[in-house]
Amino acid sequence: MDLFNIPLPAILSQLVVGLINGSFYALLSLGLAIIFGLLNIINFAHGAQYMLGAFAAWFGLQYLGINYWVALLVAPLAVGAFGMLLERTMLSRLYREDHLYGLLLTFGLALIIEGLFVQGFGVSGNPYATPEALRGPVNLGFMMLPKYRLWVIVVSVVVCIACWLVIERTKLGAYLRAGTENPRLLQAFGVNVPLMITLTYGFGVALAALAGVLAAPIFQVSPKMGSDLIIVVFAVVVIGGMGSILGSIVTGLGLGVIEGATKVVWPEASNTVIFVIMAIVLLVRPAGLFGKEK
Amino acid sequence: MHFARTLAATAVTVALTAGAAAHAAISDDAVKIGILTDLSGTYSDLAGPGVVVAAEMAIADVGGKVAGKPVVLLKADHQNKADIAANKAREWGDVEKVDAYVDLVTTSTALAVMEIAKQNQKVVLISGAGSSRITNEDCNPTTVHWTYDTYALAKGTGSAVVKEGGKTWFFLTADYAFGQNLQKDVAAVVEANGGKVLGAVKHPFPASDFSSFILQAQASGAQVIGLANAGSDTTNAIKAANEFGVVQGGQKLAGLLVFISDVHSLGLPVAQGLTLTTGFYWDYDDKTREWSKRFFDKTGKMPTMVQAGVYSSLMHYFKAIEATGSDDGPTVVKKMKETPVEDFFARNGKIREDGRMVHDMYLAEVKKPAESKAPWDYYKILRVIPGDEAYLPLAESKCPLVKKS
Amino acid sequence: MYQKALYTALLLLGLVAPYAIYPVFLMKVLCFALFACAFNLLLGFAGLLSFGHAAFFGLAGYVCGHVLKVWGLPTELGLIVGTLAAGALGLAVGALAIRRQGIYFAMITLALSQMVYFFFLQAPFTGGENGLQGVPRGHFLGVVDLRSDLALYYVVLAVFVAGFWLVQRTVDSPFGQVLKAIRENEPRAISLGYEVDRYKLVAFVLSASLAGLAGALKSVVLQLASLGDAHWHMSGEVVLMTLLGGMGTILGPVVGAATVVTLQNYLASSPIGSYVPAPVVLGVIFVLCVLAFRRGIVGELAALVRKNLNLG
Repeated sequence: MDLFNIPLPAILSQLVVGLINGSFYALLSLGLAIIFGLLNIINFAHGAQYMLGAFAAWFGLQYLGINYWVALLVAPLAVGAFGMLLERTMLSRLYREDHLYGLLLTFGLALIIEGLFVQGFGVSGNPYATPEALRGPVNLGFMMLPKYRLWVIVVSVVVCIACWLVIERTKLGAYLRAGTENPRLLQAFGVNVPLMITLTYGFGVALAALAGVLAAPIFQVSPKMGSDLIIVVFAVVVIGGMGSILGSIVTGLGLGVIEGATKVVWPEASNTVIFVIMAIVLLVRPAGLFGKEK
Repeated sequence: MHFARTLAATAVTVALTAGAAAHAAISDDAVKIGILTDLSGTYSDLAGPGVVVAAEMAIADVGGKVAGKPVVLLKADHQNKADIAANKAREWGDVEKVDAYVDLVTTSTALAVMEIAKQNQKVVLISGAGSSRITNEDCNPTTVHWTYDTYALAKGTGSAVVKEGGKTWFFLTADYAFGQNLQKDVAAVVEANGGKVLGAVKHPFPASDFSSFILQAQASGAQVIGLANAGSDTTNAIKAANEFGVVQGGQKLAGLLVFISDVHSLGLPVAQGLTLTTGFYWDYDDKTREWSKRFFDKTGKMPTMVQAGVYSSLMHYFKAIEATGSDDGPTVVKKMKETPVEDFFARNGKIREDGRMVHDMYLAEVKKPAESKAPWDYYKILRVIPGDEAYLPLAESKCPLVKKS
Repeated sequence: MYQKALYTALLLLGLVAPYAIYPVFLMKVLCFALFACAFNLLLGFAGLLSFGHAAFFGLAGYVCGHVLKVWGLPTELGLIVGTLAAGALGLAVGALAIRRQGIYFAMITLALSQMVYFFFLQAPFTGGENGLQGVPRGHFLGVVDLRSDLALYYVVLAVFVAGFWLVQRTVDSPFGQVLKAIRENEPRAISLGYEVDRYKLVAFVLSASLAGLAGALKSVVLQLASLGDAHWHMSGEVVLMTLLGGMGTILGPVVGAATVVTLQNYLASSPIGSYVPAPVVLGVIFVLCVLAFRRGIVGELAALVRKNLNLG
């Protein structure tokens, strides 16, 4: 059974590879969606924070002897704390202003962070070894998949589902949703909304950093690794519907697969296909696939 | 009457001499070098600040003076953008009176600056950019292309790999002019040596995830996967190939443009076994080691061929100014072309009429971690490729400067 | 009254400037100033933040370059065709983008401009990464030889002044007043019976066309059109220029563009540039503008002058 003269196993393996990229899209757009939901800010620094996560893991391994498994926990915490610092010192001054200022501020922050890392570490990046336990391939029947890639899919799907459950099913999640809906009312009920906002931003940033740590063994740990990814993730968020948690997860994974399929049929267009889909979605459903029309 | 005629003749002679003298002087009492390179982008590790250090070394080695006039160094980051390079080159030519533009890392910036040089007759010493177009269809009388080009890379790596039995090829090609140029050059060499190109996939530039392209290359069943890309694209592709077990699967990787900085960033466990062509290797002999150690002391890194090439091209340029007493573009380049090039960098070097500096190239293989005795001990030189074999023969050149007999 | 005197002084300054400062640099400043003015028309007066304006700037550059180089048409035609092409693209992008507001609008313009960028990367006529090089400057109206920097400068200055005048007229016109009303309170504008979407679209097309004119001019001045002009970083830069100069002020974008271009030029070759890379400096300015002086240079100065007048 061939499609476009391409054997089926080749297509299947491309779809699996697409799913891996989709995992990164899902994690990153989930973080963006959570931040956007509560803060109404498009976090342009998300790509830079993803890069920071990868660099934190690399620093840990290189200078502090922190291995991959510890880095998986510590790097997101460290970068998340940094994110909270940014929120407290800068972003929090902008909540009364037009939301566009948040976008501009984080754009400036991304320029600064990336510029400093380029200055300090060069551009070509540093390698990060795959952890011992995850080396080697798994035979899936139609392809040899490196174990590490399988791990990436599993981790990101588990994290995404866990986040979704927390937001939809727990009391904490209920506060969060209430805060998205009407922060003043929530404050009146005695919830410390500013603290919640800070923690939420930190959490969204930590998710980006987690994606960064996961990416470190696959890609070079380099200062520019997030700068082009971020635009794709924006498109994912727009397609899924801004602020929609489930939308960002499903769209992230789905678009990864579609992109993978495009790489087989028409590789040059693989960078563009997501934007084409975005244009179509906007024409048909301006609020995005999962978004509510406001 | 007779006297008058003599007087007139003398006047003409004096005028001519004066003209020639003006021609032969150093303009503005200084020799100004303008380095245009990638100081902060994708290629800043293979060129960038290291190129500036190399140029400073060259200036220091001539005592800061050429033909009795001080050498002034200017530098700017062209950010790999043709418009920035062209703008800066034009401004340097008009305002700063720069005499030579040096390095230029991407083909687009090189071609843009050559366009300016066509108008203002300044010297262009290209080291970083690779397209063979620079001295072929787009050649220019005051441009010298020093270190390598896509034709030489193709000739070196392509024919060597085919001779070793790598008959069928699949290309991963960066989807822009340089990548396509490189793929075309290599494919021609492969086919001329009896090999066959099974297919190619053009990947977006720059790309971060190569797993999909590697899978396609695996599925093609080709013996050799040729990487027609550069910088981070090459390193990312090699990493992905390593992860998906390309080499264990019996396929061979051929990095068509690999710099020592790329190997350093990949690490030997990943890069080992890669065949590549280079214009310079620091550990080739005593002369290369001596210069490279000096470079290492200043930067903490061994020089790439681009960085060593910049030093070499500047020394040759200074020599020509010294000999002619002039910094006029066409005069100096004419002298440079007349003088053979022989230093730590270039062996059996000469600059042809099309501006190509032809010198010996090296076919190298990246060592296994066990074979590497010291830091930066990365390459095993398999073969020295004589310059005339490595570069495009003048007979096939499309450069209008080449006089066909 | 003051305004007239100020404009006259600035125009005089523009006329003598090339004798003191390198003309090609000045032309670049003028091109970006026009670009920023076009952008400001949208952001400052209609309240629409487009993060994809580089697409129009870049497209017009390519089209103009192609018309001059390949078709060999006169310079003024190249500028006109480039501008029209940008306007047409603006119509398509605008029609899609104005369906949403605020941040959504910004994201959509950004993503659409990325599509345009990838098109340029693929299309054969753009020369891909190499760009479209060796664009001839030609003759203006068949008589003025533009190969002379000085002659070209005055043509660029004239085009800039015309563009600037058009922006000023638009802002002061009833149309501009409606735009401001939409910016301040869109629902109220709707309830007053204005077809808000149509106003926004016209503003978007006008802004895109002027951005295109700036891009076409730039390709004539620098004799090349390249991918960098269409990259989203360029969209970010024009936001910075407008923000720094003072959005919603007429002169702000000009001041912002001049400052940013000068700064980039300075950092590219000064020793400071090798310690502090240009993106970091731009980023810091961005952050400072957003946090500390949101009115921008011209906005803050105007506020200062107003305060002093009130006191005096």
